[in-house]
Amino acid sequence: MGGSVSGQIVNLLAALLLLIAFAMLSQRRVLSLVRLLAWQGAALAASTLIVAHSTAQPHLYYSAALTVALKVILIPWVLHRLIDRLDVRWDVEPLINIPTTMLAGIALVIFAFALATPISEMATTLTRGTLGIALASVLLSFLMMIARRKAIAQVIGFLAMENGLLFAATSATYGMPLVVELGIALDVLVATFIFGIFFFHIREQFDSLDISHMEKLKED
Amino acid sequence: MEILPVLAIPLLGGLVLGLLGHKRWAPELNALFSLGTLAAAALLTARVVAAGPMTALEGTVLHEQLFVDPFNVFLVALTAFVGFTTSLFSRPYMRTEEHDGRLSAGRLRLYHSMYQLFSFTMLLTLLTNNVGIMWVAMEGATLSTVLLVSLYRTPQSLEAAWKYFILCSVGIAQALFGTILLYFAAEKVLGAGGTALLWTHLHEVRGELEPTVLSLAFVFLLVGYGTKVGLVPLHNWLPDAHAEGPTPVSAVLSGLLLNVALYAVVRSKVLVDGALGPGFSGNLMMGFGLVSVVVAAFFLSRQKDIKRMFAYSSIEHMGIMTFAFGMGGPVAAFAGLLHMTVHSLTKSAIFFTVGHAAHATGTQNMDAIRGLIRRSPTIGWGLAIGSLAILGMPPFGVFTSEFMVLTTAMHEHSWATPFLLVALGVAFAAIFGKVQPMVFGETNARPLPHPPALVPVFVHLAIVLLLGLYIPPYLVEWYRQAAALIG
Repeated sequence: MGGSVSGQIVNLLAALLLLIAFAMLSQRRVLSLVRLLAWQGAALAASTLIVAHSTAQPHLYYSAALTVALKVILIPWVLHRLIDRLDVRWDVEPLINIPTTMLAGIALVIFAFALATPISEMATTLTRGTLGIALASVLLSFLMMIARRKAIAQVIGFLAMENGLLFAATSATYGMPLVVELGIALDVLVATFIFGIFFFHIREQFDSLDISHMEKLKED
Repeated sequence: MEILPVLAIPLLGGLVLGLLGHKRWAPELNALFSLGTLAAAALLTARVVAAGPMTALEGTVLHEQLFVDPFNVFLVALTAFVGFTTSLFSRPYMRTEEHDGRLSAGRLRLYHSMYQLFSFTMLLTLLTNNVGIMWVAMEGATLSTVLLVSLYRTPQSLEAAWKYFILCSVGIAQALFGTILLYFAAEKVLGAGGTALLWTHLHEVRGELEPTVLSLAFVFLLVGYGTKVGLVPLHNWLPDAHAEGPTPVSAVLSGLLLNVALYAVVRSKVLVDGALGPGFSGNLMMGFGLVSVVVAAFFLSRQKDIKRMFAYSSIEHMGIMTFAFGMGGPVAAFAGLLHMTVHSLTKSAIFFTVGHAAHATGTQNMDAIRGLIRRSPTIGWGLAIGSLAILGMPPFGVFTSEFMVLTTAMHEHSWATPFLLVALGVAFAAIFGKVQPMVFGETNARPLPHPPALVPVFVHLAIVLLLGLYIPPYLVEWYRQAAALIG
C-alpha cells in the first residue's frame, strides 16, 4: 500500500468525479457538456494512475493510458467535430427544471451510498470508500439521460455512465482484467461512431436533434 | 480446436462482405458463410457429444478463454442453424427490396456485413468462458444490429433504432456493474487477475462466493441482460425494433438474440444459486417471467402491425422460458431448453412467411393483408401452421414444452398456473383471430418478383412438429445433460 496520501488523493478525485456528474446535470450548453466529459475522463485516468502506482498493478497503467486516449482526447474531439458539423451549439434544455433534477440527484446519491456501504466494508482495496461515489455517478448519468431531450446530451450521459462504471471497477477491485477493459473500450469507441452516424441520419429526417420528434411509436 | 472455426468463419464473412462491397452474388456469399458456420458448429457439437465439455487452446494466450459444455453447444448449434436458414430466406427478400428500390447497394453491403458480424458476436457470447467478454460480446450484438434496424432510414425506423440503442446500452451498463460486483466477489476467492472472471473457475468456487455481493450482482445482471431478453417492464425497444427493421433481422432478433441474452441470465443464475441457494434468483426470474407472459398476452390483441404482434408473442414466450428456468429442477430446465429450441425455430419461420406476405401485399397492417392462400398457398399455409404451432397446439413441440412448464408449475407453484393459463388463452384468441382472415378469403396480394424462399419455413416447422411427436434419444440425453448443468 502506498500509504494514506495516495488514498486521500483518490478520495479527492472521486469527489471531483461526483461534482462533475452534478455539474453535467445542471449544464445547459452542449459544448460545456463535452468539456465536462473530458474532465471527468481526466479525473478517472488520474485516479487509475495513482492506484496503479501505489499498488504496483502494471495493467492499471494501460487502463489509465487507454482512458486518456479515449475519454480525454478521442471521444471529446469526435463530439466536438460532430457539433461543429451539425451546427448544434444551441442550449440544451432539460426536461424537468434544474432544482428538481438536483434534488432527485441528491436522493440518488444517498441511495447509492446506502446500497454500496455493505459492499465497501468487505473491500480490502485502497479505495474502498469510493464505490458508493462510483455508483452515485452511474445513477446521476442515468438521471441525465432520462432528463434530457437532445440526442447529444443523452450520448454524453451514456459515456459518463461508462466512466462511472470504470471507476467502480478500479475502486472496488483494482480494475478488471486487461482483456475485458480492452473489449469495453472497443465497444465504447464503436458506439460513439455509431452514435455519430445516427446524428446525421436523425438530422436528415427530422431537421433537428431533439428526440421529442421521435415519439411516434407508441401503443394506441 | 474445433471451437475456433465457429467464430472465425462469421468474422471473416463480415470482413469480406464489408470490404468487397455489394455484388450481385453477395446474398449467396452471405448464405455460404452461414453454411460454413453451421458446418463448423456441427463438427463442434459432434465433438462435445463424443468427448464432453472442453476448454480450448491449451498453451496459447487464449488458453481457457473459450469453452463448450452441453448447454452452450446446443445453443451454438441452434444459432448456426437458424442463422443459415435466415440467410437463405434473406436472399429473395433482400432482392425484392432492391427490386422495389427501397434499398441501395451501399445499404445491402452494410446489411450483409453486419449480418455476419452479428452472428459472430452471438456465437462469441455463447462460447466465451470469460463473463467480462460475454458482456463485451453482448454489447457488440447490439452495436451490430442497431444500424440494421434503421436500414430503411424512415423516421419510424430511426426512432426504433435510437430507442433500441439507448435502452439496450443503458440496460447492458447495469449488467456491467453486475459483472464488476461478481469479479469483486470472485477476486477474494480466486485472486486478482485472469482466472477470477472465467466461468469454469467461478463455477468451481461458487459455494464460497460472498452471498451479499452476489445477490446484488444478480439483480444488476438480471435487469441488464433482461433488457435484451425483452422482459417486461424493460421490453419497450423490442416491438419497435422488430416492426421497423428488415424482416430477416426481426427473425434473428426474435429467434436468436433473445435466447442468447437469456443464456447470459441463466449462466449468472447458476453462479448465484451456488452462493445463495436457488430461492433468491429463482423467485426473481419467476416474477419477471410471469409478468412478461401476462402483459405481453394482453398487448397482443391490440396490435395492428403484423410484425409488432409477433414481437409481443416473443416477449410472451421469453417470459415462459424465464419462468421455467426460474422454477429450476430437471423437468423445468428441460422444458425451458426445449422451449428455447422450438420457439426459435417457429418464430423465425413465422417471420419468414410474414416477410413474404408483407411483400406480396405491400403492407404490414394486418387489416390490409387478406387471402394469402389464394395468391400463394405455401405462404398462406406457412403462416397458418406457424401460428398454430406458436400458440402451442398439439402435436407441435411448443405444446410439449408448455405442457411441461404448466405441469411443473402446478406441482411446485400452483398459484402461478391460473395466470399462465389465462395468458395462453388470451394469446390464442388474439393471434388466431387475426391470422385467420389474413390467410383465407379474397386476396389482394400481388405476385412476388423473386420466388419466395419457403423451404426454410417448412424445414423449421417440420422439426418443430417432429419434436412434438418424438424427441430422439440422443437429443433427450443432450437436453438432460444441459438441464443438469443449470439445475
